[in-house]
Amino acid sequence: MALDGNALAGPLAGIYAFDVTTARARCAHCGVVARLARALVFASAMGIVARCRACEEVLLTVVERPDGTSVSARGLAWLRP
Amino acid sequence: MAITTRGFGGRRAPAEKPLPPGQFLTEDFPVLSAGPTPNVDEAHWQFSVHTESGEVRRWDWAALMAMPVEDVTTDIHCVTRWSRFDTQWRGVSVDAFFEDVESEAEFVMVHSYGGYTTNLPLEDLLDGKAWITFEHGGEPLAPLHGGPVRLIVPHLYFWKSAKWVRGFVMQEHEEPGFWEQNGYHLYGDPWLEQRYA
Amino acid sequence: MTWLVAEVTEIVEVTASARAITLRVPGFRGALAGQHVDLRLTADDGYQAVRSYSLADTALDDVVELAVDRVDDGEVSPYLVDVLEVGDQMEVRGPLGGFFVWRPENVEPVQLIAGGSGIVPLAAMVRARRRAASTAPFRLTYSVRSVADAFFAEELSASAGVDTTWVYTREPPPGHARPAGRLAPADLASTFGPSQDPAVFVCGPTGFVEAAAALLLDAGHDAARIRTERFGGA
Repeated sequence: MALDGNALAGPLAGIYAFDVTTARARCAHCGVVARLARALVFASAMGIVARCRACEEVLLTVVERPDGTSVSARGLAWLRP
Repeated sequence: MAITTRGFGGRRAPAEKPLPPGQFLTEDFPVLSAGPTPNVDEAHWQFSVHTESGEVRRWDWAALMAMPVEDVTTDIHCVTRWSRFDTQWRGVSVDAFFEDVESEAEFVMVHSYGGYTTNLPLEDLLDGKAWITFEHGGEPLAPLHGGPVRLIVPHLYFWKSAKWVRGFVMQEHEEPGFWEQNGYHLYGDPWLEQRYA
Repeated sequence: MTWLVAEVTEIVEVTASARAITLRVPGFRGALAGQHVDLRLTADDGYQAVRSYSLADTALDDVVELAVDRVDDGEVSPYLVDVLEVGDQMEVRGPLGGFFVWRPENVEPVQLIAGGSGIVPLAAMVRARRRAASTAPFRLTYSVRSVADAFFAEELSASAGVDTTWVYTREPPPGHARPAGRLAPADLASTFGPSQDPAVFVCGPTGFVEAAAALLLDAGHDAARIRTERFGGA
């Protein structure tokens, strides 16, 4: 079930030095700029997948491994607090 | 070591046969999705195999129904630590799709409707180890669980059993799929507990 | 951000299927109304589950107040509602999220729209407003199945400066003028309109939030003024 980007706050706390949910991000696929809190988020025990609410392509993937958090942000052209 | 929470056990049952290490038995069928559930009806569903020479073989729903159907009862193991015993599937062995495919490539990238991908060695899809399925528990496969058609590769962690499967692309070298790019193991054998890369 | 050890200090029944749970969390640094925390539960054999819950109140720095509704096929909420006792321990990460928040220095009109247990972070905003003696005009539209399913009904209805409108989807109380039914365009009549440019907070299950946000956009509200918090079950 799809959630909001608010759900990224916990897994990414301590990874970025700022609150990512209020940060603005540009989708590398369609170019839309929006706060990450407005992303479409699919959360499961495997990881969190944040998608652009405009084009539904993947912005960000977060996997919380036992040895630390792994973040892939290749769907972000940029991210700005 | 984290503190424990008294009385918390999740929804787990005692196992009557061995489980892979670190797994817990469940009676549920948890749904894990990395994206919106694609709406693919049988009339528009297609499955294709793309070889390294550029050749493409395609099957539609009618072609799938004309293939030899098997009933499969198997245990499944999700990397998020749940396992289910004796799940029932109905579908076509992947061997049947490779009968007229000419390929020397050793690896397969599985593609799904919605954009999901996962990688496998071809040998893990052949010799009765994997099925293209369209029924689960005697019912048509629900969209939430990958319907109309889902790949089942029960000897590997369940993320390899791609929901909404639409095709295989043969590859000479192994490339990581969606979760494999994000830190999960390239192969994912539950008995060797190959969860993370 | 590290996981903090939390101990349950109080449990109060909210509805037949929901409980308010108070945790003492040494090291928790206080929160803004609307923020959430992640809870981590660990079984004896090492099995772990993590879930997010909104804070129901943000009054005290090292105290976390939650209100949890049981999702019957869930893994964590049935434990929290049916099994958890005072003195039990778990871990907490937070406070989290700076987007879906109300700050006491904000004076603009605020429109709150809640579906079911989605009231929790909005109740935190109502409580923060009262504690700060804020004069920001608040309106709340709260959609529940029936009177018995409402969280904090008395407190919300009695909150001075907060106009609460009830939407009953299944079973309205006797004498309630509005017939049973889901949130509809006519329900926006009791809310701040686009001309008043309210800050709008919508919280509830995904389907409720999508429907409410669509109604607000159709009525002419600016998408940038609508903040949403969707929750799934579990």
